[in-house]
Amino acid sequence: MVSYLRRNKILVVGMFLIGFLALFTLLGYLFWDVSMHRPLSAPANQSPTWDHPFGTDRQGRDLLAVIIAGTPLTLYIGVLAGAIGVVVGTVLALVSAYYGGVPDTLIRGAVDVGLTIPPLLVLILIAVSIEGGLSVTMMAIIVASLSWLWPTRSIRAQVLSIKERAYVQIAKLSGTSSLGVIIKELLPNLLPYILATFVSSTAAAILASVGLEVLGLGPMDSPTLGMTIYWVQFNAALLHGMWWWFLPPIIVIIMLFIGLFATSVGLDELANPRTRRAV
Amino acid sequence: MRIDYVLRRLVLFVIITWLAATLNFFLPRISGQDPVRERLLEQSMSGGYVHTGMEEMVERYEQEFGLDRPLWEQYLTYLGQMARLDFGYSISNYPRTVWSMLLESVPWTVGLLLTSTILAFAVGTVLGALLAWPRAHGIVHFLFPPLLTLSAIPYFLLGLVLIYVFAFQLNWLPLFGGYEAGTFPEFSWSHIMDILRHAILPGASILLSSLGFWALGMRGMMVTVQGEDYMTYAEAMGVKNRTLFFHYAIRNALLPQTTQLGLALSTILSGAILVEVIFSYPGIGTVLYNAIRQFDYFLLQGIIFTIVLGVTLATLILDLIYPILDPRITYDRQ
Repeated sequence: MVSYLRRNKILVVGMFLIGFLALFTLLGYLFWDVSMHRPLSAPANQSPTWDHPFGTDRQGRDLLAVIIAGTPLTLYIGVLAGAIGVVVGTVLALVSAYYGGVPDTLIRGAVDVGLTIPPLLVLILIAVSIEGGLSVTMMAIIVASLSWLWPTRSIRAQVLSIKERAYVQIAKLSGTSSLGVIIKELLPNLLPYILATFVSSTAAAILASVGLEVLGLGPMDSPTLGMTIYWVQFNAALLHGMWWWFLPPIIVIIMLFIGLFATSVGLDELANPRTRRAV
Repeated sequence: MRIDYVLRRLVLFVIITWLAATLNFFLPRISGQDPVRERLLEQSMSGGYVHTGMEEMVERYEQEFGLDRPLWEQYLTYLGQMARLDFGYSISNYPRTVWSMLLESVPWTVGLLLTSTILAFAVGTVLGALLAWPRAHGIVHFLFPPLLTLSAIPYFLLGLVLIYVFAFQLNWLPLFGGYEAGTFPEFSWSHIMDILRHAILPGASILLSSLGFWALGMRGMMVTVQGEDYMTYAEAMGVKNRTLFFHYAIRNALLPQTTQLGLALSTILSGAILVEVIFSYPGIGTVLYNAIRQFDYFLLQGIIFTIVLGVTLATLILDLIYPILDPRITYDRQ
């Protein structure tokens, strides 16, 4: 294990970054009054002081509390949407690649059509059409409505190559049912690949949710990282030089993306050790 | 070119366009009410926003999409309008049509994106080629980690940082907009320079965040090409290093990159929505953002339909051209 991690450095970098953010959130909840992420809980427009190490914004939120509360919320949106996408995508990919025929044509057609339309636009349309305030979970479900497309395509390609291998053929010849082959032979061998797809679709979901939030289509009363950037934009914090307001969420988002990106590249190598390293 | 290939692509194009129009029509109505109508009535009743034509607009909308008529009839009327690219009036800028607002904003978006995409492609490809070239200067290899990091950062966040550093702190470049406020677009030297100055930062944020993508792709292809026999042969023949690099390696590694360039160019309309919002650049993204904020449904639908149409049309053209460029691409199904 340790010797493998020494070889796969990029996986270590990725997991370290994600772990660091998790630790930051945990310590934050333990040692900081996170309820100060609500407006009017501190004097407004203050640059960092001892009482408010990250300063406060124009509506009197303590920005350290905002970051502590927002990091897990944003990650939650990504993980939920990514998980829904990968589970749906895996099922569709298995059906499509293993059984072939009409379902395959339909699923492939749907994916081809879906991947051509710019996703942000469809998400905007959905988010605009929902009446009333959005919750964080709703946000995740909206993003999940498109997050299955890419996993379906890439996992399907993987299933196509695995199902021709000798051990699958032998299992079939020795009378294992199709469901048995899928569960006992295909899934275990797909697992590292599914995991890598999950990590990259989590990153894609976070990107989509932050995009929607910056456009003002996010959960208005939740302090997610994307909403924080929306408020920065809304209050023109940039033009007032309030760097303590917009730098922390940007840095955390960048750490999240680099962490997830590195983890998925590392997992990809775990899944396909034979492919020449792309990075 | 095989005729059934062309037909298949055309059918796909029609399906996608129809699907986009249908989503546009049904999604706002899924909640059971008709938000467009509600919004119109609300606008016409609220005091500060009264436009003289609003009554007329409500009437026209009622006439065409009246709730007394069955849904499928409304849907057919709507599809007919979309087919004629008739998007109606903007609710928030009443006397203006959605079409005129689109005509005004699209050139900004296309200009910004076309330039920055092609620049990123050229610079990124050369960098990627050098990264994989063993005889390249050592400095190039230090560029790799920062390039990779930049490509992991969402481009609009990069834009925020660039504004703060170069426009706010250093005051080198304008903070926002596409041209100096108060001036009118005209064809003069000073105005063109002004437009260029405003385009530097949004362009740079797109350029920097996409360099890594091009460099990585090119690097991968160069590694493959370098393993080819003709490379070893040319090297053994004593071909000059420079010739080897440009004529033997780059030219052969370039084809997949151009495919990617085609794909990137096809998403030009949808590519920079958030960058435009961050910079208040007068392109289609900013109009979309304003439409969302003011709940301007007609404008929103018109923009979304236009962008989808643009992207699918470009993809269609690309699909039709590509087999001519690279005969190895088959027309047959896999």
